[in-house]
Amino acid sequence: MPLLQVSGMTHYFGGLRAVHRYHLTLEPGEIRGLIGPNGAGKTTVFNLITGIHTPTEGKVELEGRSIVGRRPHQIAALGLGRTFQNLLLWRHMTVGEHVRMAHYSQLGYGLIGALFGTPRRIAEERRVAENSMRLMEMFDVARYRDFLVGNLPYGAQRRVEMARAMAIDPKVLLLDEPTAGMTPEELVTMIGTIRQVHRDFGVAILLIEHRLKFVMELCRRIQTLVFGEVIAEGTPQEIQRNPHVIEAYLGKEEIA
Amino acid sequence: MEFFLQNVVNALQWGSFYALIALGYSMVYSIMMVFNFAHGDVFMTGAYIGFGTASLLLALSAALGLGLPGWTILSLTIAVSMVLTAFLGVLVERVGYRPLREAPRASAAITGLMIGIILETGNLALLGARRLSFPDLIHSTTYNLGGVFVTNKKILIVAVSLALMYALHQFIRKTRWGMAMRAMSYDFEVVPLMGVSLNVIAPLTFAVGSGLAAAAGILYGLAYPVLDPYMGVLLGWKAFVAAILGGRGSILGAALAGFLLGFIEIFVPMIFPSTLRDLIAYSIILLILTFRPYGFFGQPHSTQLRL
Repeated sequence: MPLLQVSGMTHYFGGLRAVHRYHLTLEPGEIRGLIGPNGAGKTTVFNLITGIHTPTEGKVELEGRSIVGRRPHQIAALGLGRTFQNLLLWRHMTVGEHVRMAHYSQLGYGLIGALFGTPRRIAEERRVAENSMRLMEMFDVARYRDFLVGNLPYGAQRRVEMARAMAIDPKVLLLDEPTAGMTPEELVTMIGTIRQVHRDFGVAILLIEHRLKFVMELCRRIQTLVFGEVIAEGTPQEIQRNPHVIEAYLGKEEIA
Repeated sequence: MEFFLQNVVNALQWGSFYALIALGYSMVYSIMMVFNFAHGDVFMTGAYIGFGTASLLLALSAALGLGLPGWTILSLTIAVSMVLTAFLGVLVERVGYRPLREAPRASAAITGLMIGIILETGNLALLGARRLSFPDLIHSTTYNLGGVFVTNKKILIVAVSLALMYALHQFIRKTRWGMAMRAMSYDFEVVPLMGVSLNVIAPLTFAVGSGLAAAAGILYGLAYPVLDPYMGVLLGWKAFVAAILGGRGSILGAALAGFLLGFIEIFVPMIFPSTLRDLIAYSIILLILTFRPYGFFGQPHSTQLRL
């Protein structure tokens, strides 16, 4: 059974068709790339899968269970983590707080525990603290634990966002342009980080990316989205040679 | 010098009321991006709930011959009223604000004003226009500390207020809900993706704010034992000013500004005629806001776009 299966997913914003019959079959442990020019609807696909928008039509199934129409917090708790293109961190909170906060749905203590510090809360908080430390070390941000995220270098902020996404213990990780705005050195580090996440957590990854080199490096299969439709799917080599992809990226005159 | 210290004590007491109420305004604002204009009347309702609880406990204690001491009754009254008023806050969120999450913020603000009027007039309809006098649960004792007269009630009011503010601080910093509130004050987009439901956090925020307002209501009743349905209006507006002065959405700012307001209101009449008290006090605040329009700890703009 595929881990994440999307079929016939279409979405309209008013009269504008943003996504048309999008389909995806993501197997456990796979890294899949999603490329396409600006405004192709890549982020909308993420928003539809994670429940921020509800698709006008189509099916989205996580481990065989339909998740269409569920609230974002329910979908997240079922095992879908994501990061954002424009780094949505809480700038008034520290790195440690970000990672701890993301364990929210795994904590079970009640209001009594919050007010009086019951043994259950203490035990749960200790487990969360340990897991947070492990994640921060893995993403190389442990030394920034008590820093406000706004004061971190850009690449480190990206890694905090990833650590936060991994703290919900997802089965599928959706990464929206994880290298946007990065320097070439940070980019190389990010490739290593994604490989490590993939290896250590065994999580399946769907990756939106602009830089073709980066996608080619990480993914065995790539989808190309243009005007909300998948126009090509295949190995990096097939994608590179596909005339539709070249046309979408470079324009018609250049092929002729 | 004694005169000065005497006024410091009074200012601390007034500041406690303002600060406790201002916290509720600020917390709700930070999440809903709207000031809950019913909050002053939630404070009034909290005082009445406190009155009812205290009267009931006194009657029970007398009927059963328990002879509970005033301190016990007061502690129970504060605890029970905070919980009951917290439920009122949840109700206000559920009925007044949740249906308007996607609506313009002005509509939500107007709804708050209307809920306030409903609480005031509902109280009038239920209990009539007479004023109630809050039971004298603890006997006033005055201590003379080197010429400064301090009553046990004043100490109690300031101590309970500070303890509640400290508890709130710990709650916001340390617990999963507190952290969710802080994160939600920044955005609504990402927080649900951490598995947090807005339909839990928003009512909880109203509940906490309303609970603090109830505590303020009871403490107010101890110091000024006359309750009337409109007692929350002026006090509520002044606490609202404190929330603005502290910086919209800032918890620490609201507490500090509440105390500052208390100080300004107490010290202005030392220099100027007391009939001009509010005029001069609020002119000073207007002046502060001219130079710091976002208050002490407010952000110049918010990234939050909806709700």
